Parts: sequence; structure tokens; C-alpha cells
Amino acid sequence: MLDFEKPIIELDLKLADMKQFAVENNVDVTEAVKSLEEKISKLKKTTYQNLTRWQRVQLSRHPDRPYTLDYIQTICDKFVELHGDRGFGDDKAMVGGFGEIGDQSIMFIGQQKGRNTKQRQHRNFGMANPEGYRKALRLMKLAEKFNKPIVTLIDTPGAFPGIEAEERGQGEAIARNLKEMFMLKVPIICIVIGEGASGGALGIAIGDKVFMLENTWYSVISPESCSSILWRSWDYKEQAAEALKLTAKDMQKFGLVDDIIKEPLGGAHTDPLGTAKKIKKTIIDTLDELNKIQPEERILQRIEKFSSMGIVVEN
Amino acid sequence: MPWFVRENKGIVTPTEFKRETPDGLWYQCPECKTVILTKAHRDNSYTCPSCNHHEQIGSAEYFDLLFDQNLFEELFMNLQSGDPLEFVDTKKYPDRLKASMAKTGMKDAVRVAAGNIEEKEVVIACMDFKFIGGSMGSVVGEKISRGIAEARKRGVPFIMISKSGGARMMEAGFSLMQMAKTSAQLALLSEAKLPYISILTDPTTGGVTASFAMLGDFNIAEPKALIGFAGPRVVRETIGKDLPEGFQSAEFVLEHGFLDTIVDRKELKQTVADLLRMVA
Ligand SMILES: [Zn+2]
Repeated sequence: MLDFEKPIIELDLKLADMKQFAVENNVDVTEAVKSLEEKISKLKKTTYQNLTRWQRVQLSRHPDRPYTLDYIQTICDKFVELHGDRGFGDDKAMVGGFGEIGDQSIMFIGQQKGRNTKQRQHRNFGMANPEGYRKALRLMKLAEKFNKPIVTLIDTPGAFPGIEAEERGQGEAIARNLKEMFMLKVPIICIVIGEGASGGALGIAIGDKVFMLENTWYSVISPESCSSILWRSWDYKEQAAEALKLTAKDMQKFGLVDDIIKEPLGGAHTDPLGTAKKIKKTIIDTLDELNKIQPEERILQRIEKFSSMGIVVEN
Repeated sequence: MPWFVRENKGIVTPTEFKRETPDGLWYQCPECKTVILTKAHRDNSYTCPSCNHHEQIGSAEYFDLLFDQNLFEELFMNLQSGDPLEFVDTKKYPDRLKASMAKTGMKDAVRVAAGNIEEKEVVIACMDFKFIGGSMGSVVGEKISRGIAEARKRGVPFIMISKSGGARMMEAGFSLMQMAKTSAQLALLSEAKLPYISILTDPTTGGVTASFAMLGDFNIAEPKALIGFAGPRVVRETIGKDLPEGFQSAEFVLEHGFLDTIVDRKELKQTVADLLRMVA
């Protein structure tokens, strides 16, 4: 439970108690229930419509938040997971495979986090190693071969910064993905569903359309690391989050992502099915749009879009 | 070739650079403490004659080392950073920029120029670590991207000399997207079958390693240069113990298969010229 969720959850519990009391004692509490419900709804609105950037970061990391495989399994009628980079191993922090929505096959790829201690370790906290990025690229090339679109779901606190990751070329793996993704002939849709930290996120996020869920963040560094470097202390994460302007709204305003997918009031975890439905609709609508464009033109537009990112002063 | 300028004689540009130390002074090697004349050090490609320590140098020195007669046309000189995020940490970003400009005489952390290497035209982009740690913001990404596009337009090879601590945090999301933008231009350069030589110098880390620095047709490093994705401090904190000797050195990166070769700076121009000739 997050600190700003607490007052709402407490009122929710109070409401449940009140209803139960009414049933058990056969008393009419209609008026009291109505007023409490209004209070809750008001509190939700004021809380979630005025979230600070740091609070959005907290929501993006909410322990109950749906993860990549949760969405894939909800969105697809059928999903076959595909493993391995064919060179070193199978990275559990990066998942992928072919899925079906109706008669449309799609290659899904994304970072995967774990929900309990054991799973979190198994998934390496959603931090992929080089073989994860190479697995992602292998699957993207497979999609291209069979002319199927690609959807990537981004949710990572960063590419793994370990000794073996360096030995196996973390930098090279990410760099190669960036370059190769620009030239893929099939449509690519990228959706930030949680955390979009730096090169580790970008390594699967070169797309024709890039979306962010409403309560996610995407930037070059996490607020904590930014705080530790620029303020030389871990205590300035709230200020760092504000300074980095890392929310979906910020990133869309800067033209660094294309659009925002709304979440239910309270965040994706309060209605995972509803959120998955919105993502599914976004994917279907966007594919319709992208399929109208010739592959060569799509590639040019993809390059053009990213090439226009950046603010420089010419004088 | 009227567009060439001769930097040595000061006809160049408003952003002419001061050398590390003026002529006639002494240079002391930080590794072995040997003292030699600055001129002798320069004539030795800024490497120590007794221990071969490669001193960190900037774009002015690399252009001098690589371009024939130090003749080149500097490109995109009028680009400088904006402050799209109105970023403030302990200082305002524009104040940091101003201080860095005053200190270095440069407008940002990369310079791009066209000129000849052994009479073959090339475009070179070279990073300057002195400017906010060679960090990559919009200007760095834009100038490198334009440099690659220029090489493609002229049908000539592109050479990138990397020296960077990685991202420029003060440009946050914009900084991140420079990795994508430069990689897009390199993809187009590849399609055009033009050679790309990436020269990785001390240090090359972060988003620079995870984009253009690792994408060369030829990845060449200077001896002992620090090359990695995550900085050594971050890796140490992650694993909670000391790093093995030589971790993330050019020699380590070569051994793991991510460099084509390590070249002594005194041989750099010759190696570049040889490779360009062989693929021509
Ligand atoms: Zn020495």
C-alpha cells in the first residue's frame, strides 16, 4: 500500500464495515453510505488528479501492478512463449512470443518483473542481461520474416549493471537493437507499462508509435540515481523526479512519446482487466493505421520521428 | 579547397581552442612521473615516452592527429544547448552550460569536421570530455547525427571518437532519445555501404557505449581506455564487492569480443587510413 493510497483504503474499509453492520443489524444506512461513497469518490479525485511526479513513479512500481505476461495473457486469445537468444541462454527478465488477437498474429516482447521474492529474483527485477536484448532482437527478426507486427511492453528499472553483463556486451546488445529496430519492415508498437529506465528501456522501444500508460515514467535515469549523482545524496528523489519531467504527460508534451493510454482512477492495478482492454484496443486501432503505410515509408517515418527529437539553439 | 581552415594559425573560428598547456612548458606523466617538454609530448601523440600512458585529449588534438596537415572544415558550429526542461538541481542547467563554455571555450561536448586522412575525404565527430564530462545532450546527438548524414551526402566514411560519461541528465528524456537518433543515422549509413569507424577512448561509458560507440564496422580502442555500459561504481554497488583487475579496460573488452583492435595513438592515423583504403 502506498502512503497516498492509505486514506482511501481506510475509507473503503469503513464503508464495507458500515454495509455489513447494516445487514447484520437490519438497519437503514442508505444516507450514511451515500455520503461516505461521495467522500471516497471526492478523495480519490483530489488524490489522483493531483499526483506529484514522484507519486506517479510510485504507482508505476506498485507491487500489485500488472506486468508484461499479465497483459499478454489477457489480451491474446492464444500465446506461445519463445525462449532463448540462440547464443548464450534464456534471459528470464525479457519475455516474448507469438500471440493471437482474433486472426491477427503479433510478436509480443517485454521485460518481465516478479511478484514475490522468489519470482523477483527469477526475473532479476526486470533487469535484462545482454542475452535478453539479443533474444528480443531474434524474435523481432522472426516477426519480420513472417511479416507479423511487433508489440513491445516496457517495464524495467534498467539494463542489469553486473560484471557478466559487461563481459557479454550490454552496451553492444542495446546499441544493436536500436540500429536494427529502425530498419525492421513490419509495424512496431511500443508501450511503457511501468518503468522506462534509460537505455535498458530504449533497447526495445524504437517504434512507429510509442505509448505510455498514464502512471508510468520514462527517462534517462531513475529519480533515485539522479538524486545520488546530482545532489550527492539519495534523499532528493522527489525533487529529481520533478526536475527530470519523466511522466507520460511530460514525455508526450515534449514529443518524445506519441500518446498516453489512460488508466483507471487509482492506477492500473485497481482494474487490470479494464486496463488490458484499453491496451488491446490501442494495439488493434494502431495496427489498422500502421498497416495502411508501405513498409519503406513506415521506416522513413520512424527514422524521421526519432531524428526530430532534441532541442538545440542555432545562432 | 576554400572551405578548409588552418587551425594552427588561428584563422579559424570563434571557438578556437587553447591547448592543454602552452608550448615551452613541461608535461609530467601522471602514471610514471616522467617529465618531458610539452612539445615532445605532443610530438609523441600525447603519450608518455617511458610508460606509454595515453593522456586524455580533446577534439582539437584528435583533429590535429588525424586530418592531413590539420586542415579541416568544421561543421554545425552554431549549435548550442537549450534548456527544454528548465532543469535545476543544485545549479541551474543554463548556469552549468555557461560555466562550461567559459572554462573550455567550446559550445558543447562534440565537434564535427570534414577533411582528409591520407588524401581521402572523411567526416569526423570527436567528443570533448572537458565539457560536462562529455555528456550527451541534444546538441551532441544532433551534431553527430548531422555529421553522419553529411558523410552519407558526400559519400565518404564517418569516424566517431567517443569520450563520454554517458547521458546528460539535465536533458533527461531528450538525452535518452539521442541514442536512438544517432543509431537511426548509422542504420542509414550502413544501407549506403559507407564505412563507419568507431574509436573508443578513455572513458566511454553509458548511453554512448549503448549506441554509436559500439556500432562501428570497426571498433577501435586506445590502450587501457575505460569502456563499459554501467560505470564501475554502479557495478561495484550492484555486486557488493571489488571489481576484478582490468575490468572494463579496452583489453578486457577486446578479450570479450567487442573490439576489433586496440591501437596505440601513435599508430591511430595509419590504422584508420589502412582500413579505409582496404574497404574502399
Ligand atoms: Zn609515463
